[in-house]
Amino acid sequence: MAAKTTILTLPKEEFVHPGNRACTGCGLSIAYRVGLKALGPDTILVVPPSCLTVLQGLFPVASTKLPCLNVTFASTAAAATGVREALKAQGRDHTRVVAWAGDGGTADIGIQALSGAAERGDDFLFICYDNEGYMNTGVQRSGTTPQGAITTNTPLKGKQQRKKDVPAIMTAHGIDYVATTSAAYPLDLYDKINKAIALQGTKYIHIHTPCPPGWGYEPRYSIKIGRLAVETGYYDLYEVEKGAFRLTGASEKLLEKQQLVPVRDYLQSQARFRVLTEDQIAELQAQIDAKWAMYYQGT
Amino acid sequence: MHIIEDGNAAAALGVKLAGAQVIAAYPITPQTPLTEKLSEFIESGEMKAQYVPVESEHSALAACIAASSTGARAFTATSANGLLYMHEQIHWAAGARLPIVMCVVNRAVGAPWNIWNDHQDSISQRDTGWIQMYACDHQQIIDGVLKAFALAEAVSIPVMLCYDGYLLSHTYMPFEVPEEEKIARFLKPFAPAYALDPDDPANLNTVTLPDVRVDVNGETAHGYMEIRYLLQEDHRAALTVAQEIEDRFTEVFGRGDDALLEPYRCEDAEYVVVGLGSLTYQLHDVVDTLRAEGFKIGVLGVRLYRPFPSEALAEALTGVQEVIVIEKALSYGYEGALCSDLKAALCGRQPTVTGMIAGIGGREIRTADLTDTLRAHVRGAPDEDPGWIGIRL
Amino acid sequence: MGTRGYRYKTSHSLSGPGDGGKTGSWRIQRPVIDLERCTPARRGTEVCFICWLYCPDSVISRTIPPVIDYEYCKGCGICAEECPTKAITMIDEADAYQDDEGLQACSTEGPRPCT
Repeated sequence: MAAKTTILTLPKEEFVHPGNRACTGCGLSIAYRVGLKALGPDTILVVPPSCLTVLQGLFPVASTKLPCLNVTFASTAAAATGVREALKAQGRDHTRVVAWAGDGGTADIGIQALSGAAERGDDFLFICYDNEGYMNTGVQRSGTTPQGAITTNTPLKGKQQRKKDVPAIMTAHGIDYVATTSAAYPLDLYDKINKAIALQGTKYIHIHTPCPPGWGYEPRYSIKIGRLAVETGYYDLYEVEKGAFRLTGASEKLLEKQQLVPVRDYLQSQARFRVLTEDQIAELQAQIDAKWAMYYQGT
Repeated sequence: MHIIEDGNAAAALGVKLAGAQVIAAYPITPQTPLTEKLSEFIESGEMKAQYVPVESEHSALAACIAASSTGARAFTATSANGLLYMHEQIHWAAGARLPIVMCVVNRAVGAPWNIWNDHQDSISQRDTGWIQMYACDHQQIIDGVLKAFALAEAVSIPVMLCYDGYLLSHTYMPFEVPEEEKIARFLKPFAPAYALDPDDPANLNTVTLPDVRVDVNGETAHGYMEIRYLLQEDHRAALTVAQEIEDRFTEVFGRGDDALLEPYRCEDAEYVVVGLGSLTYQLHDVVDTLRAEGFKIGVLGVRLYRPFPSEALAEALTGVQEVIVIEKALSYGYEGALCSDLKAALCGRQPTVTGMIAGIGGREIRTADLTDTLRAHVRGAPDEDPGWIGIRL
Repeated sequence: MGTRGYRYKTSHSLSGPGDGGKTGSWRIQRPVIDLERCTPARRGTEVCFICWLYCPDSVISRTIPPVIDYEYCKGCGICAEECPTKAITMIDEADAYQDDEGLQACSTEGPRPCT
């Protein structure tokens, strides 16, 4: 296994320009900036409408240094396939093809194309940055918005349904590599992307991506909140390699520690969870405890 | 080589000869045999291309859009609701100026479900910015695929080659297969002005503002409106380019004629019937009958529907007393789209234009019915506007 | 001047900084590094660089000492929040603007060390 990347070994070269239109303290900006370092220059990106479209710039200026194809919302994975097949047809197959979509473009409108491509095993890496809602259109609920979160179309009671587990869906496709990571753990993110792009076939990485305006917290807390999600056992960092599940990084450390930060700390750090009742918080804590009890048992 | 095959096979052979590099398609009747044939060519090694059996038509065109943006010659095919499911991507391909070729094997659209032929599918995509060619027989299908790629790549606009489901797709006819050794003289390898390339990075189809904006080199780049203006300008220029390509095809392969219109016995005609696709060839028989009866009538097939050959039509119909448009589609609440287009093209000129609808959802268009309807019409019998030929209410 | 001669007929964007303008103007607060407390500055060796790692906008250099590009820094404060030695303080932009030093730092001459 490759040595873990450290701050000092992380490549210095930047592929995202400053002065882009991402919000102040944007979690995606951190993930994208570090993610592109892992991908390197021999990469073609495919991006559907999302906050990333805005971050990447308005014609005729691009805030990214890599070639990128902007595509329609539902078509990301199919477009990534098209890029790959065209490269194959031209003998340019060394180039990496990476689709980078938001949670709406992955879990909701994009899931058909993603599922189709994964079933075919088309050769590209699909990255979902999950900020848990339609943030670019003004914070509406998505399939991955967590239960209880206030959004602009669940404005009073919060979302009633549970978060859709996209990494589990992707794992069920039997692809060789599925991983979760977080914008708050950029080195973990870097290593997982690096690992994924070396493999053939469809790979999937899910990035938990704190969003100051969408989640309701001060921009300076983006890393702290992302970290809390992991330390509370609410969001887990893991890999599924050829079907084998393994907690990684900070989540793996929690296995040894066997002590989770109460989820209340995470929930109370964000305005979107302000309508959660004590009962709901207790229920959520129970769900997390049950999940971690299984992890502790190794199941 | 002279062979007897069905229309879908003619299309598949054309795609093979054209050297499409990426093919993505989703099955739908009556397009299916075309893409089955292509996957067979590729699996057997007879054709060197990437075949992507996508999970939807939306993805089929997505893959083609991406492949074309990455520098590969891309092809897809569909029919009816498959075409409608692509709709967003159809606009996208034109706006991104990608020379994709798509065969539309014309079929009625739901609801209710109907798998038979009419033109409602492709006509509904009239305003997407694609070039639309209509084939009347198998020769026009196989040659048309080659011409479609040549035209698309010359003007950077995608092309739909439309042909009638079943009537052409599933019927067997003799046709000439263009000689493989001559292809290179007609169709050069695909070399777009730009293809996605890490050595020359660009971000394509980014959000574009209503107004112009200065780029990183200090030059003023287009706003959205300029980009769309240029699409329209190049679309109109494609009328001339299409004829140049037709002439080059004739020079290389020894057949071909008029890329825009196909007149039959129109020389001294007082009445001219205008239509699209195989119906116009059926009308040849009707015209022969009516001519024998003394009526001065002809047929004018529209081979290129978008860009609309307005000037060529106006010229071809000069001196004609009345034009009767028979079409297999209509704009609900008004009339057939071709009829409206023709009225606009002929505005202020001599011929009056009458619209008729036929063959919706595969309703059989009997040659005898066509003959009777047209005979009665030119004799001055009143008919509904638009008159529906073969309606049984 | 019209765009008739522009080289592309599509939306074809070329890479460059500042698509969103001088995003330093978004700041309400400005991060200021106390070099006495900054580990790489203090030790003079390549170490820490946590501010560089977490900066969403790559406006903190991976140098000794780290330098903040105020032309583009949006002032999110993640660097101040994550700095393990609390070497970075967020100060009100209005106050920073009052003194000459701040005005110079905000000039368009490019990144310069904040002292």
